[in-house]
Parts: sequence; structure tokens; C-alpha cells
Amino acid sequence: MNAQLQPTGSAYFIAKETEKPESHTLSVLVDNEPGVLARVIGLFSGRGYNIESLTVSETEHEKHLSRITIVTRGTPHVMEQIKHQLERIVPVHRVVDLTVRSHELGQERPLERELALVKVAGTGDARVEALRLADAFRASVIDANTEHFIFEITGKGSKLDQFIAIMKPLGLVEICRTGVAAMNRGPQGM
Amino acid sequence: MTNGQNERREMTGAEMVVQALKDNGVKHVFGYPGGAVLPIYDEIFQQDEVEHILVRHEQGAGHAAEGYARSTGKAGVLLVTSGPGATNAVTPLQDALMDSIPLVCLTGQVPTSLIGSDAFQECDTVGITRPCTKHNWLVKDVNDLAATIHEAFHVATTGRPGPVVVDIPKDVQFAKGIYVPPQTAPRTSYQPKVQGDLEKVKAAVELMAGAKKPIIYSGGGVINSGPEASHLLRELVDLTGFPITSTLMGLGAYPASGKNWVGMLGMHGTYEANMAMHDCDVMICIGARFDDRITGRLNAFSPNSKKIHIDIDPSSINKNVHADIGILGDVGRVLEDLVRLWRATAKTDKKALYPWWEQIAKWRARDSLAYKMNSDVIMPQYAIQRLYALTKDMDTYITTEVGQHQMWAAQHYHFDKPNRWMTSGGLGTMGYGLPAALGVQIAHPDALVIDIAGDASVQMTMQEMSSAVQYEAPIKIFILNNQYMGMVRQWQQLLHGNRLSHSYTEAMPDFVKLAEAYGGHGIRCDKPDELDDAIREMISVKKPVLFDCRVATLANCFPMIPSGKAHNEMLLPDEATDEAVANAIDAKGRELV
Repeated sequence: MNAQLQPTGSAYFIAKETEKPESHTLSVLVDNEPGVLARVIGLFSGRGYNIESLTVSETEHEKHLSRITIVTRGTPHVMEQIKHQLERIVPVHRVVDLTVRSHELGQERPLERELALVKVAGTGDARVEALRLADAFRASVIDANTEHFIFEITGKGSKLDQFIAIMKPLGLVEICRTGVAAMNRGPQGM
Repeated sequence: MTNGQNERREMTGAEMVVQALKDNGVKHVFGYPGGAVLPIYDEIFQQDEVEHILVRHEQGAGHAAEGYARSTGKAGVLLVTSGPGATNAVTPLQDALMDSIPLVCLTGQVPTSLIGSDAFQECDTVGITRPCTKHNWLVKDVNDLAATIHEAFHVATTGRPGPVVVDIPKDVQFAKGIYVPPQTAPRTSYQPKVQGDLEKVKAAVELMAGAKKPIIYSGGGVINSGPEASHLLRELVDLTGFPITSTLMGLGAYPASGKNWVGMLGMHGTYEANMAMHDCDVMICIGARFDDRITGRLNAFSPNSKKIHIDIDPSSINKNVHADIGILGDVGRVLEDLVRLWRATAKTDKKALYPWWEQIAKWRARDSLAYKMNSDVIMPQYAIQRLYALTKDMDTYITTEVGQHQMWAAQHYHFDKPNRWMTSGGLGTMGYGLPAALGVQIAHPDALVIDIAGDASVQMTMQEMSSAVQYEAPIKIFILNNQYMGMVRQWQQLLHGNRLSHSYTEAMPDFVKLAEAYGGHGIRCDKPDELDDAIREMISVKKPVLFDCRVATLANCFPMIPSGKAHNEMLLPDEATDEAVANAIDAKGRELV
């Protein structure tokens, strides 16, 4: 029984993980005060947890609340630890594991969206092809001259990955991604 | 707590600090002045309600505040300057974090206009102390200062207690603002859950009532919860007739003289405690956290038991060991419910536990704390036993450093009351005991305060002897001097083919002369038959004492669960031959600490 419960990041435990790590999306509601993001990130690095994506912004100005969305990876046991460790941070109000919550609601995943700005430079056929593909991906052109485009694209991470991969041979110059914004489907709040 | 004239009065930041300390019931502050806290020191100078204890190093202030907190149940307070003052306080902050000790650390900071400019004695105090505090604050506006200090006390002392830092720039100390008295409304994001889920407590009672081989495993959380929790724990043990063991941090919550006591558990715990943990069918963990010193090899830890875990920290439950019933709440509150429900519903059939107690008696007969007496040299275990025999009827507080002497003290000094045992459990800080003893003595000026020390550890914070002399704190530093870093050497014998790399101290100070140099009293003893008289002399001297107790140099600390082994694979003293020691840990265990 205990063999299945191996903590992370500690040299004391050398037994192998038997649970499979899975990707989870967490929503963390925090007081918007100096250092709060450092506390959250420090917890992840200090305890050896992964951060795959991180998004943070103030969401309720009057209440000084910010919402942090973290995509992380771990076994169910590690995920429970991460949630409890986050809840211990004094300015943290609530932590919701959106992935677990979506399962409880009978859904496969929470809603997740990401925005990317993609700069592609080129002329001739490559340029035409880039524009055609952007159209297929419903990316919009937000800046252009005769030698380049900047596309804005929104969607799931996997869609963005695919779009970027396709743009690579067509003159991809740089990419900026926002990280994942997420919430659960349905009428209830977090 | 507050008097009318202080409410919402205009004052300087430095005045606010002192006023806030008074309003939070602080009587003593341990500290060291410096440029960035001079305004606060100027305020301290002009009043006498809060007494300042001047240490010789900020680490000493931290450990003294820890000893003060641990022995009183109140928050310990330290005041240090910016830069090196703050960084020197980091070790005691982390120590207090791991052992859940309430500390409020006030640090000076360079003026706000200079923050980030690499100013003289500047450091990123909130950045450095973020991972080693429960919470910390940098106060940039004098009007936030009073509320922040009040909140700091609230956070440090409630929920799972811990250290906090309030970093105060020098210009904020000079600035004038409005002082607000302590308020009862805490911030909404910080609401520790203290009351346990009654359904779960009911389930726990049911599980306990059906147990054939139960054991209660209690920890420092019982002591942190306050004297009432220790009282309830004793009541629960009496009602149920269950055997009880405790972690290093929990010693004294249940009396060592109690009939259900099976001794400390863990790496250097008794055979009976560890075997009972391994073979039990129901384990009731109360305010402990399944630390690796306790569990040994996790996948062999108590394989056939259902586990009940009571803790105030949700992240402690299911962290290392799966709990079948996890009860989140303050140990005292949950025990209250547990005792009440047990009385109301559970029949106590102590006869059903007879076979279990018989089995425990067999393990106990193994006499795992035995050692070979010697009439020529003092055995370290014997020294502790004599110290206990000669001081147990007095109002005694014990602190320790870290190492073999600490484990021998835990094994052979017996505690009947909570808050009498101050030791660095989680962090294992050598140098903790001497300043902690100072802090305890300041809180209990008439008590007998003894630091059971090792010759290596005690030299790490020896400078605080000077503080003890200054404040006429008659602490007794009882050094088990074997000239080795004994525990380091023991591990080198276990793991590294007896190659004793740098664990022997070639040049040892003359502790008797050193005591005299500080203005204290020195005693040396190296003969077993002179030990009692020497201890009596130590007790009777009304000055700080360095007692150089020369003990057998090569004695090792047993019993022991070697790294990577299970509770039922203990190395017992009579089996610990040189060969057994050399082969006790396999290749996998070597990677562990």
C-alpha cells in the first residue's frame, strides 16, 4: 500500500514510482500582493514539482485578487501534495484542480486556451503558403509588410504546437505564447 | 491588552514596533543591533516593559527565541539588522519551520529609496527567507506597519505554528504614521481549520475499538497544541489502555513514567516501540508527520495496519504514508472529540489487549537500550542516566545539540511533562542547544536549564556563553566530550569502511579554562565514581557552567535502524559487532542520509 506513495524530490526514497504521472491544470486564486508569484513558483522549484505552463493576471481589481493557472505534471498523489502545499501559502485563497474537477463533472478535460503571436518572414511561394495555412488555422494577421507576417492564433496548446511546426519551414522567425488560460465548463464558478 | 491612549495614535515606525510588541504580550526580545535597526533600538532604550537580550551572533538570537517559544508556548521574538543580521538568522528560521516553532523575526532593511541598489548591508531579506518562513512581509508604508506586525504574530502562533519575518526599511522606522491596535479579523485567505470532522472522528473511534494490536504514535503537534492536548492524550491512553510511543519532538506529552509508555520510536528508538509500530493493526498518529527518521524504509513501514492521522496541516496527511482516516484539525480539539466519543460509545475491553501487551513485554525484555558498563571510563549513556537521577525531582528543562549525545539524551533522560525538552529535530542544527538553553532560562529564571551537548556541536555557538554570563542566566552546558563528531564517525563506520575523514577534533579547547575566560564556571570529570559529585557541583553553582564530561571515545548509539531498512530490521547493541556495523547498510541504503 505504502509502496504506491512515493514522495517526489527527496533523496530519502528510492523506491520506484508505480503510479503514472499525468498532466493537470490548477487554478489558484491569490491576493495580488508583492511576492505572491515568487511564493508559488518557489514552492514548485523547492519541492521538485514541474511547471509546464504558467499564466497569471489580476482578475478582480477591487478585491486585489489574481488568478494563476498552472499546468503541471505528477502522479495523483503528487497532485494532492501540490494542492495542499499551495493551500498552505498565506495569501492563497483557493486552489482548484480543474482536471480533477472536470472528471467529477463527467467531462474529459477543462476548457483550455492559449494565444500565440507567430512571426513568419518570407517571399514568393512560402509566403503565399503561410498565409493560406494561417487561414486554415483561423490565425489572423495583425502585422505585415512585403516580407513578413505576424499571426495571432488562439486555441488549445496542441493546435498551437501544430501551427508552429508547420510554419517552421515557411520562414518562422519568433514565437510568443501566453501559456494556458483555463476554466471548467458549466454554470458554476471555481 | 491595549490601553486607550495607544489606539490609533500617531507615532514613528520604530515606536510602533515596540508598541506592537507590547500589545502582543511580548516580554523578551533576543537581538543584535546594527545600522538598519538603530531607530528601534533607540525606542527599546527608552522603555522597560520589553526586555532586550543581547546575544553575540544572530543565530544565537534565533535559537534562544526558539527555546523561549518551545518552553513557554508563546511566540519567540528576535530583532536583527539588515544584510548579515538577516542572513545569520536564516538557520534558526529554517529550524523553526521544520519543528513548527512560532518565531517572529523583525529585520531592519536599508531605506526604501536604496532597495535594489546593492547598498551597504543590503540583502533581499524577503527573497532569502521566503522558503524558510511560514510567511514574510516587507513593509514599505509606515501606515501598514502595525497591522503587519499584528498579523505576523497571528500567523506565527495559529494553525501549524512557524517562523515569520517582518522586514522594516530604516526610513519606515523614522516615518510617522497612525498606529492601529491588534484586530481580531484576520485576512480571509488564512483560516486554519482547527475543528476535526466529527464523522471521521467517529470512524476513528470505531476502528480503534476493534483493534487487537493498536499503538498510539504522538508527536510535536501535541505539545504545540498546548497543555490541554497533552492532558487529553493521557486521558485517551488511560481510557483505551493502548501502548504509546512518541517522536523525538513529542517527548513529554505522555509521561515516560506512565505505564503504557514504550519509549521513543524511529531510527534510534526502542526495539519495542519500533516492533510494535511494525506489527500493529491500528496506528493512531497524533500530531506527527511520518518523517523519514520515523518510518525507515517506506514500503516496509507498518505493512498490516490501518492508519489514523490527526494533523492540523493538510499537506502532512498522505504525504509520506497513506492514512486510512485523515483527520484535519487541531490535535487538542480533535482529542477532545475523540475522548468524548470514546467514553460515550466504545467499550474498553482491556483484556482483549493482553496478548498484544505480552508481545510488547517480550520485545521490551530484549533491553534495547542496554550498554556495557565500565568502571574506568564514563559511558555516555551512564552520564545521562546519572544526570537524570540527580535532576529529575527538580524544575528541569533540557536542551540538546545534534548528534549521538542528542539521541542518548532522548533515550536515557525521561520526560514527564511537555515543554521540558528542546531539541532540533527536523533540521538537525548543531549549535542549537546552548542558545536555546539561554532562551529557556530567560523565560524560566529559577528553573534548572541543562544543555546536553556534544564537544563538536557546542563549539558552533559557544559565543553565547558570554550572553549567559551577561544576563546571569545560570545555564548548565553538560558536554559529552568524546573528541569526535560521534554521529558522523558512526556513519563513517557504517558506510565508509571506518575511514574517519575529518570527524576527529585534533585540537580541543580546554573547556574549563574557556568557561572561566567567559566568566562562568568550569568542571571536568573523567571518572565514573566522581561523576555524581561533579553533577551536584554543577547544579549548585549559580553561574553558567561548562561541564567537560570526558566519556568513552568510541561508544556508538544503538539501537539503530540503518538507512533503507525496516522497523523490524534494527541493529541492537548486543549484535552490533564491528562486522555487523560494517555490513549493516547495503549499496542502495548508502545513497540515503
